[in-house]
Amino acid sequence: MCTWIVEKAPLSGSGRNSDGWFSVRQANVTYDHPCHAPLDHALIIDFVEDPDRVAQRVAVELTADSARRLVASINAALASGDEAHEG
Amino acid sequence: MYPPYEGQIAETMTYRGHHGDEVSAYLARPLGPGPFPGVVVLHHMPGWDEGTKEITRKLAHHCYVAICPNLHHREGPGAPDEVAALTRSQGGVPDDRLVGDVDGAASYLRSMPVASGKVGIIGFCSGGRQVVLAASRLTSLDAAVDCWGGRVIAAPDQVTERQPVAPIDLTADLACPLLGIFGADDRSPTPEQVAEHEEALKRHGKTYEFHMYDGAGHGFFATDRPGYRPVQATEAWGEVFKWYARYLSGEEVQ
Repeated sequence: MCTWIVEKAPLSGSGRNSDGWFSVRQANVTYDHPCHAPLDHALIIDFVEDPDRVAQRVAVELTADSARRLVASINAALASGDEAHEG
Repeated sequence: MYPPYEGQIAETMTYRGHHGDEVSAYLARPLGPGPFPGVVVLHHMPGWDEGTKEITRKLAHHCYVAICPNLHHREGPGAPDEVAALTRSQGGVPDDRLVGDVDGAASYLRSMPVASGKVGIIGFCSGGRQVVLAASRLTSLDAAVDCWGGRVIAAPDQVTERQPVAPIDLTADLACPLLGIFGADDRSPTPEQVAEHEEALKRHGKTYEFHMYDGAGHGFFATDRPGYRPVQATEAWGEVFKWYARYLSGEEVQ
């Protein structure tokens, strides 16, 4: 597609790449051509600290189905975590 | 002489692009005295990558001097995927900068001692849209090839500060013959959008040919992706070289 359409989510947390841990402040989410995954299109997420310096990032390129499974898993983990920590 | 001599040099270099900025590029040229026509190669959104450089060498194999500007040079340095990610997060390559970089690349090709003076352009995906844009805003190009450029037609909410026009709106200014290569299964551009673009070209009396390939989707030249369609890609490459032979080399072709 090569759309340059990016959804940006402000985040608060940490990520780790080969240089070590860094603060994660934003996720850039798009559905477009991947650079590495053997797919025509992929759900691409770049977790970055500085939006102007994405070299420092954790990147994933996922099939649409696996991205949906990830969303479901995140929601399930959050729900069970909330329950456990409330108990 | 049999077999005919074949040879080329391919290397990274720099040239002057938009506003005289230094821009990195990959240049492939046939060995020999020429004269050779030139082609500007525009990479897709994932960046100045191996696949696009392979296409640049393919053009040199067919006796064109081909230059592939790094359209993300200003966002670098870094690996192509890194600077592509940064460029995407910033809203993509600005149209004005793209046009300036293409104009500079065409000038560089014409300045080479082996140049014939004719310069074409080819681009893929986002580069296909940029081909239509550049061929409409510049008079320095002699033949254009748009490979499945998305957003040639853009809804009002898809027009941005960096890409402030839908290239179809510039059809009256298209200054060279345009070849379009599309897959019937593509969703950007859809066959309906391709038909709308074709109508605009007809309405303005432009020289063009559009080829729509059944059983092919977006990016079907990419040999390293599942969407590669070798039969359709081989046929379409034949159309590309016929187009350039006709409009860059002045050959009569069937």
